[in-house]
Amino acid sequence: MNAQTVRKLGRAALLPLLSIFTALLVGGVIIWLSGPKFNGDWFGIKFVLDGYGGLFLGAFGTQKAIIGTLVRATPYIFAGLAVALAFRCGLFNIGAEGQLTMGALLAAGVGFGVKGMPLIIHLPLTLLAGMLGGFVWGMIPGFLKARTGAHEVITTIMLNYIAAQISGYLLNGPWKDPTNVTAQTPKIAESARLPALLPGLHWGVVLAFLAAIAVWYFLWKTTWGFEIRTVGANSSAAKYAGINVSRNIVLAMGLSGLLAGLAGAVQVAGVNYRSTLGFNVGYGFDSIAIALLGRNTALGVVLSSLLFGGLRNGATIMQFRTQISSDIISVIQALILIFVAAEQIIRWIYRVPATPDDAGQATLSKGWGKS
Amino acid sequence: MDREVVLEARNVTKTFPGVVANKDVNLKLHRGEVLALLGENGAGKTTLMNILYGLYHQDSGEMLVRGEAVRISSPSESIRRGIGMVHQHFMLVPVFTVAENIMLGAETVKGLSLDSATVRKRITELSEEYNLNVDPDAYVKDLSVGQQQRVEIIKALYRKADILILDEPTAVLTPQEADQLFAVIRTLKAQGTSVIFISHKLKEVLAISDRIMVLRRGQVVGETSPEGATERSLAEMMVGRSVLLEVDKAPAQPGAVVLNIHDICVNDDRGQQVVNNVSLEVRAGEIVGIAGVQGNGQTELIEAITGLRPTKSGKVVIGGQDLTNAVPRKITEAGTAHVPEDRQEDGLVLSYSIADNMVLNTYYLAPFAHGVVLDEAKIRENADELVKKFDVRTPSAVVPVGNLSGGNKQKVIIARELSRPVKLVIASQPTRGVDVGSIEFIHKTIVAERDRGAAVLVISAELDEIMSLADRIAVMYHGEVVAIVPGDQATREDLGLLMAGAKLEGVGT
Ligand SMILES: Nc1ncnc2c1ncn2[C@@H]1O[C@H](COP(=O)(O)OP(=O)(O)OP(=O)(O)O)[C@@H](O)[C@H]1O
Ligand SMILES: [Mg+2]
Repeated sequence: MNAQTVRKLGRAALLPLLSIFTALLVGGVIIWLSGPKFNGDWFGIKFVLDGYGGLFLGAFGTQKAIIGTLVRATPYIFAGLAVALAFRCGLFNIGAEGQLTMGALLAAGVGFGVKGMPLIIHLPLTLLAGMLGGFVWGMIPGFLKARTGAHEVITTIMLNYIAAQISGYLLNGPWKDPTNVTAQTPKIAESARLPALLPGLHWGVVLAFLAAIAVWYFLWKTTWGFEIRTVGANSSAAKYAGINVSRNIVLAMGLSGLLAGLAGAVQVAGVNYRSTLGFNVGYGFDSIAIALLGRNTALGVVLSSLLFGGLRNGATIMQFRTQISSDIISVIQALILIFVAAEQIIRWIYRVPATPDDAGQATLSKGWGKS
Repeated sequence: MDREVVLEARNVTKTFPGVVANKDVNLKLHRGEVLALLGENGAGKTTLMNILYGLYHQDSGEMLVRGEAVRISSPSESIRRGIGMVHQHFMLVPVFTVAENIMLGAETVKGLSLDSATVRKRITELSEEYNLNVDPDAYVKDLSVGQQQRVEIIKALYRKADILILDEPTAVLTPQEADQLFAVIRTLKAQGTSVIFISHKLKEVLAISDRIMVLRRGQVVGETSPEGATERSLAEMMVGRSVLLEVDKAPAQPGAVVLNIHDICVNDDRGQQVVNNVSLEVRAGEIVGIAGVQGNGQTELIEAITGLRPTKSGKVVIGGQDLTNAVPRKITEAGTAHVPEDRQEDGLVLSYSIADNMVLNTYYLAPFAHGVVLDEAKIRENADELVKKFDVRTPSAVVPVGNLSGGNKQKVIIARELSRPVKLVIASQPTRGVDVGSIEFIHKTIVAERDRGAAVLVISAELDEIMSLADRIAVMYHGEVVAIVPGDQATREDLGLLMAGAKLEGVGT
């Protein structure tokens, strides 16, 4: 890495880092307000520091904590990559949650439905089924957009509902685990489970890192990625250059869905060993936050996922040590998202001037702007 | 001149990474004066204006408004100080009316509601005072480019600007609209407004300005008055060498028909037929020019030929292959180069590097790709070569195209399209916003393509360009080719009349 690349990376990371920092500050004020305030040690500041200390310890302090963080980060990485990839094509995929649901359902279906196969065949089949479910669920809005111009924000939200209904039907009906009252599938076969890399850590995390590398390579080093990025950056210029805009929209949405579907499948094959109704709620929006914080880059998504995974994982220890509600984590996550999206606020607070490079940066609003 | 100096820049220097855009620039603008700013593409004109307008801040040097040293840090502050700017790309909201656009950011309120009656009255007053002819209730999206520009001018006047910066205002105007703009500028000047006017069209500069300042590579290299200058002397001052203002070409040696447009009809976006049964042939080794007032179907005709717009009826044959309604990629692969009319929208991806833009339609072919894997080294090599050959002024081929000056952006497209071995060249407004030196170069390249045996179709709003470049001139009026005139027999007057719909005796199809 030469000095120029380092400087470029530093510039790209500056605003996200400042956003995280600011969110933690504001979150600190909220924690302070919920504590003993001026009556506490050091005017209540110790309470805040204890809270954050617990959070950090719980997230990264021990081997066990790190493993927990990695496990939680894994689906975030897949789903964050999904949103980022669609965004590179100028598409705002709000539907990661629905695609993830479909991926988890199909993976579970193949996982418990197929029996007596060796792991070397059954596991890939399970993951493939998840990818397929997500792929189809992503392609539908892509196709609708390419054919009729229907905005993907609307159609993906609608498909989220449909996926939730399908999931509700299957998990309460034909695919329900008869031995249990909860709406969930039976456990998947041993041969469909991701083996452990270390105790408590499944191989899915390795798949997630590989997926990040694959997405990076695909987007920046191949002609397919070039086409998708060109459509996202200027669809009119893409059309003039002979690029098939419709096909790329369908492809990008399909691949985005595939990644989200994989998030669901890996969660089924690596952690839950079944699909449970409602386990996926929240992933859709978290993945948007992660993609935004990571500036739609593969590396950024991985780092943001580790942060979000760490926050979630550390929250338990924090609550245990300081009685601070773990809900504060959701508040901090939301604050990060606000500051990342409303970049101008951060620029204004820290006097970060806009550089000419920023002119080329994709912004959130773009996904809404073009029909 | 002893009139009041309203705007002054002293030793202004501005650098971008790898480029000195302005170096120790001194500029004085007097009350009621039209100052023309000339310079090659990338000389630093727009940058200097952006500094005066508060979009950029200079690295060193001073700015004075009416004798008072100021630090203008934002456009809203420059507006407060009476400086208005009309950018080459307008900043209007298409779905708002003229009045709403003008109010935007300077809303007049009455109680809780917008006081639109007062605003509309004021717009009408201004419109009458300066002869701008703008209807406050029209929607911006329905206005022509020239009218939109006048809205921008009213917007500045409404905010009481008495210093007006016009950055290449005529690049997008038809000759008629340009004449109207000059009338407006004269009125403004008579009322005491000071104007800075940027243009690459030397004729205009001589016609409208009181004083001319020339920039080269960021520095002021001279000042003159229109009385003491000619187009030739100005061109020399800008480029630093003598420039050929006419095209130097041998008579055409037309060969086989390459582009055969047979009786085609095309609709516009609103579904109205705007190309009516047009037939046209372009042969290898000849340049055919399409002349016509903008909006007479030229744009749609070109889009139909290049596969960007459906052809309703008729046939488009390129190199013997029927390519009616083929996809753009097929038409490119049949050996067509296309320089689109709107370079920002259609020709370039501004956030991409120059290198990526240079392969925007060939990225998937060897040597730029092996299978589906891009060869970045080859892409870079290609760009370095073309940057040199086409004299694109840039620190390197990896900078985003968006950072280039307007004319250099155009050169990137020209380089991409005219560096491939093609059979047919279609160029819309190939020299829009390009400096005289580069116009000379682009014209030479087009003629060289012709002499190499390519068929060339050129569309230009500049009659001079069409007349000097084309071997045959097709005049379009109301969606029809009303006449085809040999290039060496065409006169400005005849063409002007044909473009206005007159039928001429003696010249015809
Ligand atoms: N935002 C930017 N970032 C980096 N470089 C820039 C930026 N804006 C302008 N430049 C560089 O500064 C130089 C001057 O550009 P400028 O746009 O002022 O030229 P210009 O005289 O207006 O040219 P033209 O006639 O082509 O419009 C060019 O080399 C350009 O590449
Ligand atoms: Mg300029």
